[in-house]
Amino acid sequence: MATSPRATQQKFEPWTDPHAKPYVRIEKVTKKFGDFIAVDDVSLSIYKKEIFCLLGASGCGKTTLLRMLAGFERSTSGRIFIDGVDMTSIPPYERPVNMMFQSYAIFPHMTVEQNVAFGLKQERLSKDEIGSRVNDMLNLVKLGQFAKRKPHQLSGGQRQRVALARSLVKKPKLLLLDEPLAALDKKLREHTQFELINIQETLGVTFVVVTHDQEEAMTLSTRIGLMNHGEIVQVGTPSEIYEYPNSRFVSEFIGSVNMFEGRLVEDEPSYVRIGCDDLEAPIYVNHGVSSAPGATVWAAIRPEKITISRDKPDVADNWASAVVRDIAYMGDMSIYLLRLDSGKVVRVTQPNIYRHAEDRITWEERVYLQWYPESPVVVTK
Amino acid sequence: MKPLLKRLGLQGRTAVTAVPYLWLLLFFLIPFVIVLKISFSTSQIAMPPYEPLLQWTGDKVMQIKLNLGNFAFLVEDDLYWKAYLNSIWVASVSTFFCLLLGYPIAYAIARSNPSARNILMLLIVLPFWTSFLLRVYAWIGILKNNGLLNNFLLWIGAIEQPIQMLQTDFAVYVGIVYSYLPFMILPLYANLVKMDLTLLEAAADLGCKPWQGFLKVTLPLSLPGIRAGCLLVFIPAVGEFVIPSLLGDPGMLMIGKVLWTEFFNNRDWPVASAVAIVLLLFLVVPMMYFQRAQDAEAGGVHR
Repeated sequence: MATSPRATQQKFEPWTDPHAKPYVRIEKVTKKFGDFIAVDDVSLSIYKKEIFCLLGASGCGKTTLLRMLAGFERSTSGRIFIDGVDMTSIPPYERPVNMMFQSYAIFPHMTVEQNVAFGLKQERLSKDEIGSRVNDMLNLVKLGQFAKRKPHQLSGGQRQRVALARSLVKKPKLLLLDEPLAALDKKLREHTQFELINIQETLGVTFVVVTHDQEEAMTLSTRIGLMNHGEIVQVGTPSEIYEYPNSRFVSEFIGSVNMFEGRLVEDEPSYVRIGCDDLEAPIYVNHGVSSAPGATVWAAIRPEKITISRDKPDVADNWASAVVRDIAYMGDMSIYLLRLDSGKVVRVTQPNIYRHAEDRITWEERVYLQWYPESPVVVTK
Repeated sequence: MKPLLKRLGLQGRTAVTAVPYLWLLLFFLIPFVIVLKISFSTSQIAMPPYEPLLQWTGDKVMQIKLNLGNFAFLVEDDLYWKAYLNSIWVASVSTFFCLLLGYPIAYAIARSNPSARNILMLLIVLPFWTSFLLRVYAWIGILKNNGLLNNFLLWIGAIEQPIQMLQTDFAVYVGIVYSYLPFMILPLYANLVKMDLTLLEAAADLGCKPWQGFLKVTLPLSLPGIRAGCLLVFIPAVGEFVIPSLLGDPGMLMIGKVLWTEFFNNRDWPVASAVAIVLLLFLVVPMMYFQRAQDAEAGGVHR
């Protein structure tokens, strides 16, 4: 198991503990709309106080799964347990779950305060308790002075926080967030991501977040469930998903990657050598691969894990020669598009460590690529 | 065209906005002023059957004669205010029943399959393709003693004697509700169909059962539609003349009928005009009040 940055800080990894009881259990859930299978036999365990991100392209079934957790959709088969209680046939208004809608769905005919108090009024709490809880929640999301405003008098970011406050004030066991940051501009989005994590840590509520934005999923989540065509293709911490993708789909979905198709030429328990038609030298990977010998495999190498130099490396494996086709200067780093002799284009990113480098590699130059045996990930599907 | 407009001192934009104003001036304001003028004159047997307001007496004197008697007459004779009150009562009850019937219909159409919606709305406005008068006459055939409804009730054995339905208040209510129901449904539908349904999901998510969600979200958000529909039914129903005179008791007091009688039977144009002016005041005042209330509620939404 890889160690994520989060884990080294506070060691929050209930999924690695065999005795930990999952808080939310999704068991073999399938949802069909007519002939279309939106969610296909999904099983998931989500632990208390997690921020679990369902990540995927639009139409992959992540929102349908979220709506089944909320109770807006009934699963065609399978069951959902929250805190040990079977939720399958419980209507949304009786579930200990609240949702923050993508459109926010703030009631336009009510003030901010009334919106936040709405759910508490349904619970028939005393006026004083409603008042103080609404007040605390508005202060937490920094909307105290906007309590009497109507939604149309608020900015997009403020509305987002009203929606968050409204869904959190009922102290749900599980908070569902449908693309919570999609409607915000980039600066505000980054700021809000961290605010969301802080609020979650303050209140200790379990979050399930649906997003199509991998960056959002990486920063927010304890674990990511990557979905494709209604199925969960991989579950893992952000770093596991990034560094140890289990398929070509995962490695290509998260970040950018150079994919080299090849065959296993040497297959040992502790290392493999892969012959690749696009490269002069074989790829040497320092871990074993469970695959039939001679089968097609793919070596995925992230752009930042390749180095470029003008000198031909004096090694047998893990190098290639190429011509610089394009350079994009991004400030903190540069992206190089390099054409191998086979015609394949490889993407390499290099941090711009020195402020001015006069002899920086430039267009149409012949360069050599090199990577460590730890760098490639071998996937078999 | 352009130089002509320029010579008239009109910009293209002004010319376009002038059209509705011109229309209102020609077909609303000028007739209104004429009616107002007649309401202050005195009836006489002549052509036209009222005295002019302005008279040139010959001695370099222009005489303006304002006869307030017509309005005083409306107050003195209890026939008029009873007719006003009865009209408002009948219109209110009819509006209430239109809302009671129209809201579920509009709601059902707005929540139906999008492909079915247009057909259903077409069916709602379909009766307009037949003359209003013919449709009211058809109700005579249904409601009269040996009409469709009585015959049906006799046939199934629910009654032994035909019920007198025609020429009762019941018939008038049926006629008004039937005729004006589309005017209730159309604005309600337009309002309900554009409602964001995720608001109802949000309400359910926050603990509302479906009926609570309706009361707390759908109903308050449809208030502008309810208001518009009620005004569209109430205002014409107050002045309704055809339905009470065809279906109602001949003795039923309705201001529209009184107006007709004054104008055509008594040929008392000034009193008829006074009746019309007062009727207008009865309608304009609540209308302006509702408009204000609506604007105040909408607040900053209108940008």
